[in-house]
Amino acid sequence: MNAEYHLTQLTYLVATALFIFSLKWLSHPKTARRGVFAGVLAMTAAIGGTLLHHEITTFKWIAIAIVAGTIVGVPLAMVPLTAVPQRTALSHSFGGLAAGLVGTAKYMLWLDEGPEALSKFRMTAIVIEVILGFLTFTGSLMACGKLQEWIPTRPITYKNQNLINLALLAVAIGVGVLIIFKPMLWGLFPLVILFSLAFGVLLIIPIGGADMPTVISLLNSYAGLSAVAMGFVLENKLLITAGALDGSSGFILSVIMCRAMNRSFSNVLFGAFGQVQSAAAATEQRSYKSATPQDAAQILESAGKVVVIPGYGMAVAQAQHRVRELYDQLTKRGVDVRFAIHPVAGRMPGHMNVLLAEAEIPYEKLTEMDDINPEMAQADVALVIGANDVVNPAARHDKSSPIFGMPIIDADKARTCLAIKRSMNPGFAGIENELYFADNTLMVFGDAKAVVGDLVKELSGQTGIH
Amino acid sequence: MKELDLWSMLFVFMLATFIGFEVIRNVSRLLHTPLMSLTNAISAIAVVGSIIIAGEQKTTFTTVLGTVAVFASMTNIISGFLITDRMLKMFKKKGPGK
Repeated sequence: MNAEYHLTQLTYLVATALFIFSLKWLSHPKTARRGVFAGVLAMTAAIGGTLLHHEITTFKWIAIAIVAGTIVGVPLAMVPLTAVPQRTALSHSFGGLAAGLVGTAKYMLWLDEGPEALSKFRMTAIVIEVILGFLTFTGSLMACGKLQEWIPTRPITYKNQNLINLALLAVAIGVGVLIIFKPMLWGLFPLVILFSLAFGVLLIIPIGGADMPTVISLLNSYAGLSAVAMGFVLENKLLITAGALDGSSGFILSVIMCRAMNRSFSNVLFGAFGQVQSAAAATEQRSYKSATPQDAAQILESAGKVVVIPGYGMAVAQAQHRVRELYDQLTKRGVDVRFAIHPVAGRMPGHMNVLLAEAEIPYEKLTEMDDINPEMAQADVALVIGANDVVNPAARHDKSSPIFGMPIIDADKARTCLAIKRSMNPGFAGIENELYFADNTLMVFGDAKAVVGDLVKELSGQTGIH
Repeated sequence: MKELDLWSMLFVFMLATFIGFEVIRNVSRLLHTPLMSLTNAISAIAVVGSIIIAGEQKTTFTTVLGTVAVFASMTNIISGFLITDRMLKMFKKKGPGK
């Protein structure tokens, strides 16, 4: 136990405390940026402490990797905010990859030292690290591909899918257990890696775009847990702590997302949402009312309270800046404008908030579902922009609906509901939305960005009338 | 491996998980996207394990694995912290010009 060992441990201790502060400060927008600063400080301290390690014989490869990582990392931080879900999925996959590679390297190094180095404890930790790491790697890459629409976002299903997936996982774990007891059978190790990689791909293939918020949170959790396993392998308590923080964060977010959809984990992972009900959608033709942007502008102008309900459609159409202009026009006329955010609106937790914040809408106007619902009856207008399932009243009463039981924003309770939509086609999940056929609902057809732009034009052209 | 270390690591894991639950439960829903990118950067602390493997140069193969792992973690650290800060800067109480 020399001085540098103690110094390294001290930096790790400080880093651990700073990481906890970092997350604590993130609890409120006012202190949140301080949280990032604490995180950077912690990371710098930890890396500095590690570089003191006496076993490091050359800094060449470390330096090259750090420079290369920085070169790739900076542009990844500059992506447009609509692409943040993809970036997040990609970084989960990098996290998983790092864990998988370190686990593999440690196994090889201990294998060279002989069987006494490969204790059951170490082997168990390595196997967990490698399975979690590599399945997170390919699973997150698949999620990233789906979000970027490089691969179809529709659930891809085939016969006995769940059986095949679970069998594959069972084989990976089975081989893993075998190698824990017979660590010198190194030929089994690539099999564990291979099965984990394959399982990661197959796990995500059947999951549709609407379930991405849950999946991305779950992968977040896996990436954290693979870092924990790495901590057990390397006997490093800093890794265990930081990984546990990440793991619990991902877990909490997954639970929130599942609750917001009234579904269980297993249902998200094995349910292939949006497959069965497309046949049932072909019911009788029902009538709906439509309005032009001019009509809609007049309704908005005479309203006292407007609640805007954004959904993924707003993000796809990049309409958030037009929405901001609409907010300005209405606020200028003394209209009380609020934004109702459903927890699963968008493609990752909190996605809508970030997009609206980018458009410089003050965050205190962004209201959570549970807080806005009691006020919906007092709203004159509910303006639905690119949201669909999260405002479908069928979730409240129609037991046969696939989304029955899902908490929704009560757009139908507002005096008038304006829904901006491209056409009457049912959305991604193929579920008819009762809201569009309600008596107090007016459909405004068109691209979200164009329609909101028209509304703004109408409103700004009529200044002074009020 | 000493038994004591296994147990102390399990204690650390359990306590950290509980702290994580408590701290993260208090994070405003407004900030869930930045939360995810920040915890992402934090769990890239895996870089410390990768650095040792890349630096000790025991075999060529493990050095390559370690170097790739350092690269992957470093990418997460840089992009995670930068994008979190970029997003947080956008959360303003009042819009401009008011």
